[in-house]
Amino acid sequence: MPSSAPDTVLTVKDLKVHFPVMAGAVVRRQVGSVKAVDGVSFDVRRGETLGLVGESGCGKSTTGLAILRMIDITSGEVTFEGEDISDYDRSRMRPIRRRMQMVYQDPFGSLNPRMKVSEIVGEPLEVHGLAGDRAAYDTRVASLLDMVGLLPDMADRYPHEFSGGQRQRIGIARALALEPSLIICDEPVSALDVSIQAQVVNLFQELQERLGLTYIFIAHDLAVVRHISHRIAVMYLGRIVEIAPRGELYAKPLHPYTQALLAAIPIPDPEVEASRPQQIITGEVPSAMRPPPGCRFHTRCPRVMEVCKSVDPPMRDMGGGRAVACHLYES
Amino acid sequence: MNTPLLSVKNLSTEFRTERGVVKAVDDVSFELAAGETLAIVGESGSGKSVTAMSILRLIPDPPGRISAGEVVFDGQNLLTLSDEGIRAIRGDRIAMIFQEPMSSLNPSLTVGLQIAEPVNLHRRTPWAAAMNMAAELLARVRLPDAAARVKAYPHQFSGGMRQRAMIAMALACQPQLIIADEPTTALDVTVQAQILALLKEVTRAANSALILITHDLGVVARYADRVCVMYGGRIVEAGPAREIYARPRHPYTIGLMASVPRLDQEAGSRLVPIEGSPPNLANLPPGCAFAPRCRRAADLCRNHRPLLVKSAPDHLSACHFHAQLGT
Repeated sequence: MPSSAPDTVLTVKDLKVHFPVMAGAVVRRQVGSVKAVDGVSFDVRRGETLGLVGESGCGKSTTGLAILRMIDITSGEVTFEGEDISDYDRSRMRPIRRRMQMVYQDPFGSLNPRMKVSEIVGEPLEVHGLAGDRAAYDTRVASLLDMVGLLPDMADRYPHEFSGGQRQRIGIARALALEPSLIICDEPVSALDVSIQAQVVNLFQELQERLGLTYIFIAHDLAVVRHISHRIAVMYLGRIVEIAPRGELYAKPLHPYTQALLAAIPIPDPEVEASRPQQIITGEVPSAMRPPPGCRFHTRCPRVMEVCKSVDPPMRDMGGGRAVACHLYES
Repeated sequence: MNTPLLSVKNLSTEFRTERGVVKAVDDVSFELAAGETLAIVGESGSGKSVTAMSILRLIPDPPGRISAGEVVFDGQNLLTLSDEGIRAIRGDRIAMIFQEPMSSLNPSLTVGLQIAEPVNLHRRTPWAAAMNMAAELLARVRLPDAAARVKAYPHQFSGGMRQRAMIAMALACQPQLIIADEPTTALDVTVQAQILALLKEVTRAANSALILITHDLGVVARYADRVCVMYGGRIVEAGPAREIYARPRHPYTIGLMASVPRLDQEAGSRLVPIEGSPPNLANLPPGCAFAPRCRRAADLCRNHRPLLVKSAPDHLSACHFHAQLGT
């Protein structure tokens, strides 16, 4: 298989996903488009976790769905394990999906309540014709359950008999069934209680070490994302505004939006909070149908300059694996 | 503390379900002074929201029932008031802000009208004057274009704007106490910070007390003066926020703090989770509700429910081994 760099699992180049907005009761016509993802580029290396973080409407979930080709790509390139899958149809995506799986946010809505755990976890094997005979199937399901910390006798139970954390483990076991190389996790812990989140976060990390998995971890909680990710891409209104290794992102955030996002998250320690400067940015995320001209963040940016209002800042390589899209860093 | 504004004493609230009677709140007591912010922290099913609803008698009956206790607000027991009596207090001297502003606002009435209504109702302010007040209140919560937006409907607002409108409504009658139940859980982080800072600012300006119900330990650390930690329908630890964070004296609180990643700490290390799941209220263990998940649990914990006792000055803990903790 041809490959650009042997350790790159996924390359996304100038990805755009625009949804048409229609109006008219009799004659439907397109009156605009929601630019959910509007020119996003990044790559993911084997064995790493790339965090995608941002507020609602930033396009982080749409990016995940577009990579899996569960929604249509408007333009751009998605290269997975050396194969350009940007224009693949359903049948050509089928073998690809074996190697690319998804874990969803809602552990209640994403499991079929009428299926036993063994059927939920084993279904991908059946779909892809890998189930084998009954004994092999049962053994495989049991080993998958064991991998995520569930007991073998849970295989015959139904989803409603499980807690939220256990259901998320079932979803992870299902995603692991086909031995994928990339797992896209969309807000996988945000529906869980605080005391359960840590269990699932640790499970993701253990599985990565054991199986050499690559993750794209999509979440709005920057503290959780920073904890689990090796690199983090911060998104705002359909764009990546900054990408950096996790240590640098917190130690020295470059983009004013990243700075605002970090400042907005309270640290669970009253002593630290008392001495922390409280810089709260105003306003809310504008509509993705009519993103502001120039830099999309300029309407809320505390350091806005004249140029920001008309010129869209390009992504600049800052060295050390960092890049930022902000006019402040133009030399 | 001088005479408390609110004093909740031995409050118990239960629900009749198919599986029997569930004690959602079990023997909960705490006090709150004017101008103070108290956070009630807990996970789903801990009883934190039911406690808040019980204070204002908003528990649907049936299936719910406040089965014991007193809620003394400014010298009056709210639990023995007539229905008219409690209605006169709700929205006037005690206001509540809910998690989901869309479902708490009436979609068919303008936002201004809904803010003016309690002023008209409780203060007999004529409608025209009440509407002017609504516009002033919307400006005070820094809603953009407040004067024009008085005539807008809730669906024309974003989530953050709706929560600002809810705060304006809560402030309308200058309440002595505001109860905010997960007021920012549905909002984005930058908007969450704006709303909580606003809530803190307006309560401080009016010297109102604030009860903040939340699951977020960061929010508690930034905004609360005092904390009650709830687990399985009971308070397991209570005290000043700084004291609780610096010297937690209950294994559940200690476990919670170790299980959340912090932005100011080295990333990449393993979190220390609390094993197991939150308890089923219909089937609580006979001893300490946290015992099945507690690393320190002994036979004593499994058989005898620990009482909430003074563990240090102004610091309560419901753990048999509290004296060994918090050092």
